[in-house]
Amino acid sequence: MTDTLSIEDLRGILVGCAGGDALPADIADVPFEELGYDSLALIETSAVLKRDRGLVVPDDLITEARTPGELLRLINDRIGV
Amino acid sequence: MSVITGLGVIAPNGLGVKEFWEATLSGRSGIAELDRFDTSGYPARLAGLVRELDSAEYLPGRLLPQTDVSTRLALVAAQWALEDAEVDPAELADYDMGVVTANASGGFEFTHREFNKLWAHGPEHVSVYESFAWFYAVNTGQISIRHGMRGPSSALVAEQAGGLDALGHAARTIRGGVPLVVGGGVDSAFDPWGWLSHLAGGRVSVDLDPATAYRPFDANAAGYIPGEGGAMCIVESAESARARGVQGYGEIAGYAATFDPHPDTGAPPGLRRAAALALADAGIEPGDVDVVFADAAGVPELDDAEALALRELFGIRGVPVTAPKALTGRLLSGGAVLDVVAALMSIQESVIPPTFGTATVPGDYGIDLVTGEPRPVPVRTALVLARGRWGFNAATVIQALGDRS
Repeated sequence: MTDTLSIEDLRGILVGCAGGDALPADIADVPFEELGYDSLALIETSAVLKRDRGLVVPDDLITEARTPGELLRLINDRIGV
Repeated sequence: MSVITGLGVIAPNGLGVKEFWEATLSGRSGIAELDRFDTSGYPARLAGLVRELDSAEYLPGRLLPQTDVSTRLALVAAQWALEDAEVDPAELADYDMGVVTANASGGFEFTHREFNKLWAHGPEHVSVYESFAWFYAVNTGQISIRHGMRGPSSALVAEQAGGLDALGHAARTIRGGVPLVVGGGVDSAFDPWGWLSHLAGGRVSVDLDPATAYRPFDANAAGYIPGEGGAMCIVESAESARARGVQGYGEIAGYAATFDPHPDTGAPPGLRRAAALALADAGIEPGDVDVVFADAAGVPELDDAEALALRELFGIRGVPVTAPKALTGRLLSGGAVLDVVAALMSIQESVIPPTFGTATVPGDYGIDLVTGEPRPVPVRTALVLARGRWGFNAATVIQALGDRS
Protein backbone atom coordinates (compact mmCIF):
# COMPACT_ATOMS: atom_id res chain seq x y z
CA MET A 1 0.00 0.00 0.00
CA THR A 2 1.25 3.49 -0.90
CA ASP A 3 1.70 6.07 1.87
CA THR A 4 -1.20 8.48 2.17
CA LEU A 5 -0.88 12.05 0.92
CA SER A 6 -0.62 15.05 3.25
CA ILE A 7 -2.31 18.39 2.57
CA GLU A 8 1.16 19.83 1.97
CA ASP A 9 1.85 17.15 -0.68
CA LEU A 10 -1.42 18.06 -2.36
CA ARG A 11 -0.63 21.76 -2.16
CA GLY A 12 2.67 21.15 -3.96
CA ILE A 13 0.92 19.16 -6.69
CA LEU A 14 -1.79 21.82 -7.20
CA VAL A 15 0.75 24.61 -7.42
CA GLY A 16 2.86 22.58 -9.84
CA CYS A 17 -0.15 21.89 -12.04
CA ALA A 18 -1.94 25.19 -12.08
CA GLY A 19 0.17 27.89 -10.43
CA GLY A 20 -0.30 29.17 -6.92
CA ASP A 21 0.71 32.69 -5.98
CA ALA A 22 -1.20 34.13 -3.02
CA LEU A 23 -2.56 30.84 -1.68
CA PRO A 24 -3.65 31.05 1.98
CA ALA A 25 -1.59 29.12 4.53
CA ASP A 26 -4.40 26.69 5.26
CA ILE A 27 -6.11 25.64 2.05
CA ALA A 28 -7.89 22.50 3.26
CA ASP A 29 -11.39 23.97 3.59
CA VAL A 30 -11.22 26.79 1.04
CA PRO A 31 -13.33 26.08 -2.06
CA PHE A 32 -11.30 25.52 -5.24
CA GLU A 33 -13.14 28.40 -6.87
CA GLU A 34 -11.84 30.79 -4.21
CA LEU A 35 -8.34 29.38 -4.61
CA GLY A 36 -8.52 30.09 -8.34
CA TYR A 37 -8.53 26.47 -9.49
CA ASP A 38 -11.08 25.44 -12.11
CA SER A 39 -12.10 21.98 -13.30
CA LEU A 40 -9.20 21.85 -15.76
CA ALA A 41 -6.75 22.45 -12.92
CA LEU A 42 -8.26 19.40 -11.18
CA ILE A 43 -8.09 17.26 -14.32
CA GLU A 44 -4.43 18.23 -14.69
CA THR A 45 -3.97 17.28 -11.03
CA SER A 46 -5.59 13.92 -11.71
CA ALA A 47 -3.19 13.34 -14.62
CA VAL A 48 -0.18 14.16 -12.45
CA LEU A 49 -1.38 11.91 -9.60
CA LYS A 50 -1.60 9.05 -12.04
CA ARG A 51 1.67 9.78 -13.78
CA ASP A 52 3.88 10.51 -10.76
CA ARG A 53 2.25 8.42 -8.01
CA GLY A 54 0.30 5.76 -9.84
CA LEU A 55 -2.93 7.00 -8.23
CA VAL A 56 -5.98 6.71 -10.42
CA VAL A 57 -8.67 9.23 -9.50
CA PRO A 58 -11.18 9.35 -12.37
CA ASP A 59 -11.90 12.81 -13.82
CA ASP A 60 -15.60 12.67 -12.99
CA LEU A 61 -14.78 11.91 -9.36
CA ILE A 62 -11.99 14.48 -8.96
CA THR A 63 -14.16 17.31 -10.28
CA GLU A 64 -16.74 16.55 -7.60
CA ALA A 65 -14.33 17.61 -4.86
CA ARG A 66 -15.11 21.15 -3.72
CA THR A 67 -12.07 21.79 -1.51
CA PRO A 68 -8.48 20.48 -1.22
CA GLY A 69 -9.55 18.74 2.00
CA GLU A 70 -12.28 16.85 0.15
CA LEU A 71 -9.89 15.98 -2.64
CA LEU A 72 -7.33 14.73 -0.13
CA ARG A 73 -9.90 12.44 1.50
CA LEU A 74 -10.89 11.17 -1.94
CA ILE A 75 -7.28 10.38 -2.83
CA ASN A 76 -6.42 8.79 0.51
CA ASP A 77 -9.60 6.69 0.45
CA ARG A 78 -8.41 5.23 -2.83
CA ILE A 79 -4.91 4.62 -1.46
CA GLY A 80 -6.51 2.80 1.43
CA VAL A 81 -8.48 0.45 -0.85
CA MET B 1 -18.90 55.77 -34.63
CA SER B 2 -16.08 53.78 -33.05
CA VAL B 3 -13.55 55.67 -30.98
CA ILE B 4 -10.22 54.25 -29.84
CA THR B 5 -9.85 55.27 -26.21
CA GLY B 6 -7.03 53.07 -24.95
CA LEU B 7 -3.82 51.56 -26.31
CA GLY B 8 -1.75 48.68 -24.96
CA VAL B 9 1.45 48.27 -26.94
CA ILE B 10 4.04 45.51 -26.75
CA ALA B 11 6.50 46.17 -29.56
CA PRO B 12 10.04 44.94 -30.12
CA ASN B 13 11.23 48.55 -29.88
CA GLY B 14 9.10 49.69 -26.97
CA LEU B 15 6.74 48.63 -24.19
CA GLY B 16 3.73 50.89 -23.82
CA VAL B 17 2.56 53.60 -26.25
CA LYS B 18 5.00 56.23 -25.04
CA GLU B 19 8.13 54.11 -25.39
CA PHE B 20 7.00 52.68 -28.73
CA TRP B 21 6.25 56.13 -30.15
CA GLU B 22 9.56 57.59 -28.96
CA ALA B 23 11.39 54.67 -30.59
CA THR B 24 9.33 55.08 -33.77
CA LEU B 25 10.36 58.74 -34.07
CA SER B 26 13.99 58.36 -32.96
CA GLY B 27 14.74 55.23 -34.95
CA ARG B 28 15.41 52.81 -32.09
CA SER B 29 15.11 49.35 -33.59
CA GLY B 30 13.92 46.16 -31.92
CA ILE B 31 15.60 43.92 -34.48
CA ALA B 32 18.34 41.74 -33.02
CA GLU B 33 19.83 38.29 -33.22
CA LEU B 34 17.37 35.57 -32.20
CA ASP B 35 18.98 34.05 -29.09
CA ARG B 36 16.27 31.74 -27.70
CA PHE B 37 17.87 28.66 -29.24
CA ASP B 38 20.90 27.86 -31.35
CA THR B 39 20.22 29.50 -34.71
CA SER B 40 23.72 28.96 -36.12
CA GLY B 41 22.44 26.36 -38.59
CA TYR B 42 19.73 28.62 -40.02
CA PRO B 43 20.14 30.95 -43.01
CA ALA B 44 18.32 33.84 -41.26
CA ARG B 45 18.98 34.83 -37.66
CA LEU B 46 17.46 38.29 -37.04
CA ALA B 47 14.06 38.94 -35.51
CA GLY B 48 12.07 41.74 -33.90
CA LEU B 49 12.23 40.62 -30.27
CA VAL B 50 10.28 41.70 -27.20
CA ARG B 51 13.06 41.35 -24.66
CA GLU B 52 12.38 43.34 -21.53
CA LEU B 53 8.92 42.16 -20.54
CA ASP B 54 8.49 39.70 -17.68
CA SER B 55 4.84 38.67 -18.08
CA ALA B 56 4.90 37.05 -14.62
CA GLU B 57 5.12 40.55 -13.14
CA TYR B 58 1.74 41.40 -14.64
CA LEU B 59 -0.21 38.16 -14.70
CA PRO B 60 -1.61 36.01 -11.89
CA GLY B 61 0.42 32.83 -11.31
CA ARG B 62 -2.65 30.72 -12.19
CA LEU B 63 -2.38 31.86 -15.80
CA LEU B 64 1.27 30.99 -16.31
CA PRO B 65 1.04 27.16 -16.56
CA GLN B 66 -1.77 27.50 -19.14
CA THR B 67 -0.50 30.21 -21.50
CA ASP B 68 1.86 30.43 -24.43
CA VAL B 69 4.16 33.45 -24.63
CA SER B 70 1.88 34.98 -27.30
CA THR B 71 -1.16 34.76 -25.00
CA ARG B 72 0.78 36.34 -22.15
CA LEU B 73 1.68 39.25 -24.42
CA ALA B 74 -1.98 39.57 -25.47
CA LEU B 75 -3.16 39.54 -21.85
CA VAL B 76 -0.64 42.18 -20.77
CA ALA B 77 -1.43 44.36 -23.81
CA ALA B 78 -5.17 44.13 -23.05
CA GLN B 79 -4.56 45.08 -19.42
CA TRP B 80 -2.46 48.09 -20.43
CA ALA B 81 -5.10 49.18 -22.94
CA LEU B 82 -7.83 49.03 -20.27
CA GLU B 83 -5.65 51.04 -17.88
CA ASP B 84 -4.86 53.57 -20.62
CA ALA B 85 -8.59 53.96 -21.34
CA GLU B 86 -9.33 54.18 -17.60
CA VAL B 87 -11.79 51.31 -17.88
CA ASP B 88 -12.55 49.20 -14.85
CA PRO B 89 -14.35 46.17 -16.32
CA ALA B 90 -15.86 45.41 -12.91
CA GLU B 91 -17.89 48.63 -13.18
CA LEU B 92 -19.47 47.71 -16.54
CA ALA B 93 -22.03 45.05 -17.41
CA ASP B 94 -20.35 41.86 -18.63
CA TYR B 95 -22.48 41.63 -21.79
CA ASP B 96 -21.59 45.23 -22.70
CA MET B 97 -17.95 44.30 -23.33
CA GLY B 98 -16.63 42.16 -26.19
CA VAL B 99 -13.22 40.90 -27.28
CA VAL B 100 -12.06 40.61 -30.91
CA THR B 101 -8.47 39.55 -31.49
CA ALA B 102 -6.41 38.36 -34.43
CA ASN B 103 -3.78 35.66 -34.19
CA ALA B 104 -1.93 33.83 -36.94
CA SER B 105 0.38 31.32 -35.32
CA GLY B 106 -1.42 30.17 -32.16
CA GLY B 107 0.52 28.96 -29.14
CA PHE B 108 3.53 27.60 -31.02
CA GLU B 109 6.12 27.51 -28.27
CA PHE B 110 3.75 25.98 -25.70
CA THR B 111 2.55 23.39 -28.18
CA HIS B 112 5.97 22.32 -29.30
CA ARG B 113 7.07 21.90 -25.69
CA GLU B 114 4.07 19.61 -25.16
CA PHE B 115 4.86 17.73 -28.39
CA ASN B 116 8.34 17.11 -27.04
CA LYS B 117 6.82 15.62 -23.88
CA LEU B 118 4.44 13.51 -25.96
CA TRP B 119 7.19 12.03 -28.08
CA ALA B 120 9.80 11.70 -25.35
CA HIS B 121 7.67 10.56 -22.39
CA GLY B 122 4.19 9.65 -23.60
CA PRO B 123 0.68 11.15 -23.67
CA GLU B 124 0.21 11.20 -19.88
CA HIS B 125 2.92 13.90 -19.72
CA VAL B 126 1.07 16.33 -21.97
CA SER B 127 -0.52 19.27 -20.13
CA VAL B 128 -4.30 19.36 -20.12
CA TYR B 129 -3.94 23.07 -20.96
CA GLU B 130 -2.65 22.15 -24.40
CA SER B 131 -6.35 21.61 -25.18
CA PHE B 132 -6.71 25.37 -25.66
CA ALA B 133 -3.23 26.91 -25.32
CA TRP B 134 -2.45 26.13 -28.99
CA PHE B 135 -5.58 27.71 -30.40
CA TYR B 136 -5.92 30.92 -32.43
CA ALA B 137 -8.96 31.96 -30.40
CA VAL B 138 -7.23 31.52 -27.05
CA ASN B 139 -6.26 35.18 -26.69
CA THR B 140 -9.86 36.29 -27.10
CA GLY B 141 -10.96 33.64 -24.60
CA GLN B 142 -8.35 34.42 -21.96
CA ILE B 143 -8.96 38.18 -22.14
CA SER B 144 -12.71 37.55 -21.93
CA ILE B 145 -12.35 35.30 -18.87
CA ARG B 146 -9.83 37.49 -17.08
CA HIS B 147 -11.88 40.68 -17.36
CA GLY B 148 -15.37 39.19 -17.28
CA MET B 149 -16.27 40.30 -20.81
CA ARG B 150 -19.19 38.24 -22.12
CA GLY B 151 -20.38 40.39 -25.03
CA PRO B 152 -20.05 39.32 -28.68
CA SER B 153 -16.49 38.12 -29.20
CA SER B 154 -14.50 36.47 -31.95
CA ALA B 155 -11.07 35.63 -33.35
CA LEU B 156 -9.70 36.29 -36.84
CA VAL B 157 -6.87 34.58 -38.71
CA ALA B 158 -5.53 36.42 -41.76
CA GLU B 159 -1.74 36.53 -41.30
CA GLN B 160 -0.48 40.14 -41.42
CA ALA B 161 -3.93 41.49 -42.41
CA GLY B 162 -5.59 40.02 -39.30
CA GLY B 163 -4.95 42.97 -37.00
CA LEU B 164 -6.95 45.32 -39.23
CA ASP B 165 -9.67 42.72 -39.64
CA ALA B 166 -9.95 42.49 -35.85
CA LEU B 167 -10.28 46.26 -35.45
CA GLY B 168 -12.76 46.36 -38.34
CA HIS B 169 -14.84 43.67 -36.72
CA ALA B 170 -14.57 45.46 -33.37
CA ALA B 171 -16.05 48.56 -35.04
CA ARG B 172 -18.80 46.40 -36.59
CA THR B 173 -19.52 44.97 -33.13
CA ILE B 174 -19.84 48.52 -31.75
CA ARG B 175 -22.28 49.35 -34.57
CA GLY B 176 -24.23 46.28 -33.49
CA GLY B 177 -24.85 47.92 -30.14
CA VAL B 178 -22.00 46.74 -27.89
CA PRO B 179 -20.57 49.75 -26.02
CA LEU B 180 -16.96 48.54 -25.63
CA VAL B 181 -14.68 46.03 -27.36
CA VAL B 182 -11.07 45.03 -26.71
CA GLY B 183 -9.67 44.69 -30.23
CA GLY B 184 -6.25 44.04 -31.68
CA GLY B 185 -3.69 41.40 -32.51
CA VAL B 186 -0.60 39.75 -31.10
CA ASP B 187 1.65 36.97 -32.35
CA SER B 188 4.88 35.30 -31.31
CA ALA B 189 6.48 32.22 -32.85
CA PHE B 190 10.18 32.14 -32.10
CA ASP B 191 10.76 28.60 -30.90
CA PRO B 192 12.66 26.37 -33.37
CA TRP B 193 9.50 25.18 -35.10
CA GLY B 194 8.06 28.68 -35.26
CA TRP B 195 11.30 30.00 -36.70
CA LEU B 196 11.29 27.31 -39.36
CA SER B 197 7.70 28.22 -40.26
CA HIS B 198 8.74 31.83 -40.81
CA LEU B 199 11.65 30.72 -42.99
CA ALA B 200 9.52 28.28 -44.98
CA GLY B 201 7.62 31.26 -46.39
CA GLY B 202 10.72 32.10 -48.40
CA ARG B 203 10.55 35.87 -47.86
CA VAL B 204 12.61 36.30 -44.69
CA SER B 205 15.75 38.39 -45.16
CA VAL B 206 19.02 36.48 -44.73
CA ASP B 207 20.94 39.75 -44.29
CA LEU B 208 22.58 39.53 -40.84
CA ASP B 209 22.98 43.30 -40.35
CA PRO B 210 20.03 44.66 -38.30
CA ALA B 211 20.44 48.07 -39.96
CA THR B 212 19.86 46.83 -43.50
CA ALA B 213 18.05 43.49 -43.20
CA TYR B 214 14.52 44.92 -43.65
CA ARG B 215 14.36 47.92 -45.99
CA PRO B 216 10.86 48.18 -47.40
CA PHE B 217 10.62 50.02 -50.76
CA ASP B 218 14.41 50.26 -50.97
CA ALA B 219 16.11 49.48 -54.27
CA ASN B 220 18.07 46.83 -52.34
CA ALA B 221 15.13 45.36 -50.42
CA ALA B 222 15.74 41.64 -49.93
CA GLY B 223 13.04 40.31 -47.66
CA TYR B 224 11.51 41.05 -44.29
CA ILE B 225 12.34 40.36 -40.65
CA PRO B 226 9.69 38.56 -38.58
CA GLY B 227 8.80 40.17 -35.27
CA GLU B 228 6.69 39.42 -32.20
CA GLY B 229 4.21 41.39 -30.11
CA GLY B 230 1.45 43.73 -31.22
CA ALA B 231 -1.16 45.89 -29.59
CA MET B 232 -4.64 45.89 -28.12
CA CYS B 233 -7.03 48.83 -28.43
CA ILE B 234 -10.10 49.78 -26.46
CA VAL B 235 -12.71 50.45 -29.13
CA GLU B 236 -15.81 52.23 -27.85
CA SER B 237 -19.00 53.77 -29.11
CA ALA B 238 -18.88 57.56 -29.00
CA GLU B 239 -21.73 57.43 -26.46
CA SER B 240 -19.82 55.08 -24.16
CA ALA B 241 -16.66 57.22 -24.32
CA ARG B 242 -18.69 60.37 -23.67
CA ALA B 243 -20.54 58.78 -20.75
CA ARG B 244 -17.20 57.87 -19.18
CA GLY B 245 -15.85 61.35 -19.83
CA VAL B 246 -13.02 60.05 -22.01
CA GLN B 247 -11.77 61.83 -25.13
CA GLY B 248 -9.94 59.08 -27.05
CA TYR B 249 -7.14 59.12 -29.63
CA GLY B 250 -9.15 59.01 -32.83
CA GLU B 251 -11.81 57.03 -34.63
CA ILE B 252 -12.00 54.03 -36.91
CA ALA B 253 -13.69 55.83 -39.79
CA GLY B 254 -13.56 53.16 -42.48
CA TYR B 255 -12.54 49.57 -43.07
CA ALA B 256 -12.59 47.03 -45.89
CA ALA B 257 -11.08 43.64 -46.63
CA THR B 258 -10.58 41.90 -49.98
CA PHE B 259 -9.11 38.65 -51.19
CA ASP B 260 -6.66 38.33 -54.07
CA PRO B 261 -7.96 36.65 -57.22
CA HIS B 262 -6.42 33.32 -58.17
CA PRO B 263 -3.02 34.00 -59.80
CA ASP B 264 -4.15 32.13 -62.94
CA THR B 265 -6.78 34.76 -63.67
CA GLY B 266 -4.15 37.45 -64.28
CA ALA B 267 -6.41 39.88 -62.41
CA PRO B 268 -4.67 42.48 -60.21
CA PRO B 269 -4.21 41.81 -56.47
CA GLY B 270 -6.90 43.11 -54.15
CA LEU B 271 -4.95 45.69 -52.13
CA ARG B 272 -6.02 48.74 -54.14
CA ARG B 273 -9.64 47.63 -54.04
CA ALA B 274 -9.43 47.21 -50.24
CA ALA B 275 -8.00 50.72 -49.91
CA ALA B 276 -10.67 52.24 -52.21
CA LEU B 277 -13.45 50.43 -50.36
CA ALA B 278 -12.13 51.62 -46.98
CA LEU B 279 -12.09 55.22 -48.21
CA ALA B 280 -15.65 54.78 -49.51
CA ASP B 281 -16.67 53.26 -46.17
CA ALA B 282 -15.30 56.38 -44.46
CA GLY B 283 -17.06 58.60 -47.01
CA ILE B 284 -13.84 60.34 -48.06
CA GLU B 285 -11.78 60.84 -51.23
CA PRO B 286 -8.12 59.91 -51.77
CA GLY B 287 -7.26 63.61 -51.55
CA ASP B 288 -8.47 63.65 -47.93
CA VAL B 289 -5.75 61.20 -46.84
CA ASP B 290 -2.73 62.80 -45.15
CA VAL B 291 -0.55 59.70 -44.78
CA VAL B 292 -0.50 56.02 -45.73
CA PHE B 293 1.01 53.43 -43.39
CA ALA B 294 2.03 50.85 -45.96
CA ASP B 295 2.04 47.08 -45.70
CA ALA B 296 5.71 47.34 -46.75
CA ALA B 297 6.55 43.73 -47.52
CA GLY B 298 10.25 44.42 -48.13
CA VAL B 299 10.17 42.03 -51.10
CA PRO B 300 10.78 43.85 -54.42
CA GLU B 301 7.82 42.46 -56.39
CA LEU B 302 5.43 43.04 -53.48
CA ASP B 303 6.78 46.55 -52.81
CA ASP B 304 6.34 47.22 -56.53
CA ALA B 305 2.74 45.97 -56.44
CA GLU B 306 1.92 48.12 -53.41
CA ALA B 307 3.56 51.17 -55.02
CA LEU B 308 1.41 50.60 -58.11
CA ALA B 309 -1.76 50.41 -55.98
CA LEU B 310 -0.78 53.70 -54.29
CA ARG B 311 -0.06 55.41 -57.64
CA GLU B 312 -3.37 54.27 -59.06
CA LEU B 313 -5.27 55.55 -56.04
CA PHE B 314 -3.39 58.74 -55.15
CA GLY B 315 -1.41 59.61 -58.29
CA ILE B 316 2.37 59.76 -58.57
CA ARG B 317 3.85 60.87 -55.22
CA GLY B 318 0.31 61.88 -54.33
CA VAL B 319 0.46 61.17 -50.59
CA PRO B 320 3.18 60.68 -47.95
CA VAL B 321 3.82 56.99 -47.33
CA THR B 322 5.66 55.43 -44.41
CA ALA B 323 6.52 52.10 -42.79
CA PRO B 324 7.64 52.35 -39.16
CA LYS B 325 7.53 48.56 -39.04
CA ALA B 326 11.07 48.65 -40.48
CA LEU B 327 12.08 49.05 -36.80
CA THR B 328 10.04 46.12 -35.47
CA GLY B 329 9.86 43.62 -38.31
CA ARG B 330 6.55 42.19 -39.49
CA LEU B 331 4.50 41.04 -36.52
CA LEU B 332 1.85 38.96 -38.30
CA SER B 333 -1.43 39.86 -36.53
CA GLY B 334 0.28 42.53 -34.43
CA GLY B 335 1.89 44.48 -37.27
CA ALA B 336 -1.00 46.50 -38.62
CA VAL B 337 -2.33 47.24 -35.12
CA LEU B 338 1.02 48.87 -34.30
CA ASP B 339 0.55 50.89 -37.50
CA VAL B 340 -2.87 52.01 -36.25
CA VAL B 341 -1.23 53.08 -32.98
CA ALA B 342 1.41 55.02 -34.96
CA ALA B 343 -1.34 56.60 -37.08
CA LEU B 344 -3.20 57.74 -33.95
CA MET B 345 0.00 59.21 -32.53
CA SER B 346 0.75 60.95 -35.86
CA ILE B 347 -2.68 62.57 -35.59
CA GLN B 348 -2.06 63.55 -31.94
CA GLU B 349 1.36 65.08 -32.58
CA SER B 350 1.18 66.26 -36.20
CA VAL B 351 4.20 64.32 -37.36
CA ILE B 352 4.80 61.38 -39.70
CA PRO B 353 7.43 58.88 -38.53
CA PRO B 354 9.95 57.92 -41.20
CA THR B 355 10.87 54.55 -42.68
CA PHE B 356 14.28 54.12 -41.08
CA GLY B 357 16.76 51.99 -43.00
CA THR B 358 15.35 52.67 -46.44
CA ALA B 359 17.70 54.95 -48.38
CA THR B 360 16.98 54.73 -52.11
CA VAL B 361 13.44 54.29 -53.39
CA PRO B 362 13.28 53.29 -57.08
CA GLY B 363 11.98 56.27 -59.08
CA ASP B 364 9.44 54.19 -60.93
CA TYR B 365 7.69 53.31 -57.66
CA GLY B 366 6.39 56.88 -57.78
CA ILE B 367 5.76 57.08 -54.03
CA ASP B 368 6.60 59.85 -51.57
CA LEU B 369 8.18 57.61 -48.92
CA VAL B 370 9.04 59.51 -45.74
CA THR B 371 12.66 58.58 -44.97
CA GLY B 372 15.54 59.84 -42.84
CA GLU B 373 13.67 61.87 -40.22
CA PRO B 374 10.14 62.54 -39.00
CA ARG B 375 8.11 64.88 -41.18
CA PRO B 376 6.17 67.52 -39.22
CA VAL B 377 2.83 67.95 -40.95
CA PRO B 378 -0.77 68.14 -39.73
CA VAL B 379 -2.42 64.71 -39.89
CA ARG B 380 -6.21 64.38 -39.71
CA THR B 381 -6.70 61.21 -41.75
CA ALA B 382 -4.47 58.14 -42.09
CA LEU B 383 -4.90 55.05 -44.24
CA VAL B 384 -3.37 51.83 -42.88
CA LEU B 385 -2.77 48.95 -45.31
CA ALA B 386 -1.96 45.31 -44.64
CA ARG B 387 -1.49 42.19 -46.72
CA GLY B 388 -1.55 38.69 -45.32
CA ARG B 389 0.16 35.78 -46.99
CA TRP B 390 -2.06 33.80 -49.40
CA GLY B 391 -4.26 36.63 -50.51
CA PHE B 392 -5.59 38.62 -47.54
CA ASN B 393 -5.86 42.41 -47.91
CA ALA B 394 -7.22 44.90 -45.40
CA ALA B 395 -7.39 48.68 -45.19
CA THR B 396 -8.45 50.93 -42.33
CA VAL B 397 -9.08 54.67 -42.22
CA ILE B 398 -8.14 56.34 -38.94
CA GLN B 399 -9.34 59.90 -38.39
CA ALA B 400 -8.93 62.66 -35.85
CA LEU B 401 -11.94 63.06 -33.59
CA GLY B 402 -14.49 65.61 -34.64
CA ASP B 403 -13.72 65.35 -38.36
CA ARG B 404 -17.08 63.85 -39.20
CA SER B 405 -20.43 65.47 -38.97
